Amino acid sequence: MRRSVRIKDHWSEQRLFFGRVLFAAIAAVLLLLAVGARLFVLQVVRHDYYVDLSQGNRVRLEPLPPDRGLMYDRHGVVIAENTPAYTLELTPEQVPDVGDTLRRLAAIGLVEQDQVAALERLIRSGRKFEAVPLRLSLSDADIATFAVRQFEFPGVEIQTRLARWYPYREAGVHALGYVAAISEDDLKRIDRDQYAGLSVIGKIGLEGSYEQELHGNAGYRQVLVNAQGRRVDRLGGGTVALETRSPRAGNDLFLGLDIRVQRVAEEAMEGHRGAVVAIEPDTGDVVAFVSVPTFDPNKFTRGISGREYAALRDDLDKPLLNRALKGAYPPGSTVKPLMALAGLEYGVVDPNSARFCRGFYTLPGSAHPYRDWRKEGHGMVDMRKAIQTSCDVYFYGLAEILGIERVHDALTGLGLGKPTGIDVGGELPGLVPSPEWKQQRYKQAWFPGETVIVGIGQGYLLATPLQLAHAAAVVAGHGRNFRPRLVTAVRDAATGVVRKLPPVAEPTVELKDPGAWDVVVEGMERVTEPGGTASVVARGAPYKIAAKTGTAQVFSLGVNEKYVASQVAERLRDHALFIAFAPADNPKLAIAVLVENGGHGGSVAAPVARRVFDAFLLGKFDVAPGVPGKVE
Amino acid sequence: MLYEEGEYSTTRRTLTASAVLLRRLHLDGPLLAALAAVSAFGLFVLYSATGENFAQWLRQVEYLVLAVVTLVALAQVPPAWLRRISPLLYAAGVVLLIVVAVHGTVGKGAQRWLTVGPVRFQPSEIMKLAVPMMCAWYLHERPLPPTLRDVLALLAIIVVPAVLIAKQPDLGTALLVASAGILVLFLAGLSVFVIVAGLAALGAAVPVAWHFMHDYQRQRVLMFLDPAQDPLGAGYHSIQSQIAIGSGGVFGKGWMNGSQAQLEFLPERSTDFIFAVIGEELGLLGQLFLIALYLTVIGRALYLASETQDTYGRLVCGSFALTFFVYAFVNSGMVSGILPVVGVPLPLVSYGGTALVTLLASFGVLMSLNRHRKLVGA
Repeated sequence: MRRSVRIKDHWSEQRLFFGRVLFAAIAAVLLLLAVGARLFVLQVVRHDYYVDLSQGNRVRLEPLPPDRGLMYDRHGVVIAENTPAYTLELTPEQVPDVGDTLRRLAAIGLVEQDQVAALERLIRSGRKFEAVPLRLSLSDADIATFAVRQFEFPGVEIQTRLARWYPYREAGVHALGYVAAISEDDLKRIDRDQYAGLSVIGKIGLEGSYEQELHGNAGYRQVLVNAQGRRVDRLGGGTVALETRSPRAGNDLFLGLDIRVQRVAEEAMEGHRGAVVAIEPDTGDVVAFVSVPTFDPNKFTRGISGREYAALRDDLDKPLLNRALKGAYPPGSTVKPLMALAGLEYGVVDPNSARFCRGFYTLPGSAHPYRDWRKEGHGMVDMRKAIQTSCDVYFYGLAEILGIERVHDALTGLGLGKPTGIDVGGELPGLVPSPEWKQQRYKQAWFPGETVIVGIGQGYLLATPLQLAHAAAVVAGHGRNFRPRLVTAVRDAATGVVRKLPPVAEPTVELKDPGAWDVVVEGMERVTEPGGTASVVARGAPYKIAAKTGTAQVFSLGVNEKYVASQVAERLRDHALFIAFAPADNPKLAIAVLVENGGHGGSVAAPVARRVFDAFLLGKFDVAPGVPGKVE
Repeated sequence: MLYEEGEYSTTRRTLTASAVLLRRLHLDGPLLAALAAVSAFGLFVLYSATGENFAQWLRQVEYLVLAVVTLVALAQVPPAWLRRISPLLYAAGVVLLIVVAVHGTVGKGAQRWLTVGPVRFQPSEIMKLAVPMMCAWYLHERPLPPTLRDVLALLAIIVVPAVLIAKQPDLGTALLVASAGILVLFLAGLSVFVIVAGLAALGAAVPVAWHFMHDYQRQRVLMFLDPAQDPLGAGYHSIQSQIAIGSGGVFGKGWMNGSQAQLEFLPERSTDFIFAVIGEELGLLGQLFLIALYLTVIGRALYLASETQDTYGRLVCGSFALTFFVYAFVNSGMVSGILPVVGVPLPLVSYGGTALVTLLASFGVLMSLNRHRKLVGA
């Protein structure tokens, strides 16, 4: 191999080097100019575009939840409010081991054992720096328990938040309803932005049906956030102007309900299952709306535990069932004044002509006896006396003469068999049977015997306590008909203006002969007179009560009830019913009382009505006068 | 070349004491001034870019002091000695790279560090100096431009450490090491035809390189081609840095007032992406000012290189000057979105001691090679 014989030429090498350096210098300048041109494009040409992007990067909207509207009773007493509650909250990023922390909290009873897994999932799905409520309400004992061990739980804190509070606890719960944790179903129908930052929503009762009014409008606040989404107060050296829109609190509701009357009624019903509905005939305003047993709605607003909820749900007495609204019962003899009106309207009976009651009734051409409640019969009874003594035979015959179609039309005209339209949701329509209905439901023809028993409020006929109270109010008003309602006025949270809602008038029930009302009302007045089925109830009352007792047979246990030997006997007893209005000559209040398995209407249900009348008309409150419960 | 010292000493009687000191220490005043200006600007920006983290800022000042000491110390080393140790330095560097590959410390998913007692360092940084010095040593007694044989030998010298570094994986450093070596070849007068052919071959090698790339490296290339594809994933760096720069405008949002930087939307804001902080807070003017400072450094360094007396010195100095340019260009190009994201810091500005020391060390070598004068032609 030949070695290179080239000789190193320093001068030419240096020239070569100069050339290369010059070339490199020019290239360097050009390439850095290219960078400069790129910067010009970014900072001058597309400047506005990038300004928008950086603005979006650093400003986030933070929801400001609105305060929920309050509820007042007819005298301005607060019956649903917002109070501070102590909540136990965990901030994930400050907790070294979430699972371990939850298990230790469960060990000292601050978190339920069976909720640990669910809470852990909830925490993992949220953002690391946002506090997650573990318990919505803490008792003083809970707070004490936690306070002495707080050092063991870094990242877990007690916070104060506004929570719904019902100071009268169970009083009126079936009218007010309650708020509870927002469920997945709720999320499907609500505007999520409006509920950002809130954990509860109105579920049932007025809280549910007036959710729109009570909720208000969520506000927002622009906050400066860093890349992790964490809120920061300032940006480097300066501060930034940020927008805030205040939330608009929910509107307040004024109810026709009188919380004192409500409490009287609930106390009168103590130990029973049943319902009381009291309505003002002049307006349709509901003064008392009772379904017993009741429950404390504060349990729901403050996070009901699985165990507590199961106990309520599985209770044989069904405290969660709204009997006033959803309990459909055979009305029994309380339907008789309505049957009498039907007889007079269709002109099939002369109120003054008497029929003989021998203790049972038979259809023509049949030997089957339909028995009167009084074995020996009532003797000669006209319409007034038939109402007064609740003669079954008279109304068997009347129903038979009318026929089921006309009975159906008359009872429907008086508001049975269809929802009253009250401003709480979930109302059941009850049932007024007709041959068409039976054909459709059972694929069977209507039997004449079925008409006969509808005459005394048995058979297929079903009505809710609310419908019965409404019917009593219509009779009291001689046909004047107002839709029952709980809310009478709304106060606009922004302006403070109270908007009175006019009573909702339904078409008046017109009779061909208005005198028919007087006949029936006289019959009902005589019920509380000596010789009537509820004569005891009016004893000593300074006002006259027009009423009708009722006793409805219970045929069998409800489908959902278990057979529990010790309770069957009681549960097979008849339901006691009572409808009334007073004062009879100038009715101010109409009432329906239902006591499940209470026995006879005159002896069990009627005294409840008397106490409600005394409370409303005379201001006689024989319970502690409305001391609200203390916030837990 | 004329012997200049005599000229100055007779005509400039007012030569200040500091200038005398500079000359005695074999330092170049203008280059030192330009480097000081860039470093001061860097410290100013870094205080904001660290989010007013004074402790971190102070650490960078300490690194800077260490780097300046290194510069001054290396400037005292006689050029002949530097030349003679070049092959040793290179050999030692390659051995250390192999040691790192076998048992180095893993940091940020890459194996780069070597711990010897209390000292933890990256052998790949040594190669930034050793590779161009080795290339220049190889060429300095051979006639230029290099023959094909020389070129192949040099390519081997360059590729071995570059591949070892790329394997760590540290694409940015491998790129800088390789470019430092290739710049020596370029300055030595390698024919333009060969350079073009080499680039063509490189282009053909892209699919092959793709095959050997790590996933994160592939991601970066893909994201460079289309950053919007995955705005919260791998494209995030690129998008956020362009938002930062673009929203800064001509005058910027003001020092410590860049929302992208201060609220940490901008990743790696004090290290690889600090150029975007300058763009956001000090605007186009701030960035152009820094580019102008860089051009001053590069220009002065190239000038010194061209007046260096021997081949070895010229090649090393020229390579160091242009490597500094590669740093500045690759970093500003990647931050502004005209180059893919590679881990190359903004020279003398990004937070970090290693790159700072290496860079100023290279300038120390440069000054040594240039300021130790032999009397030629006098």
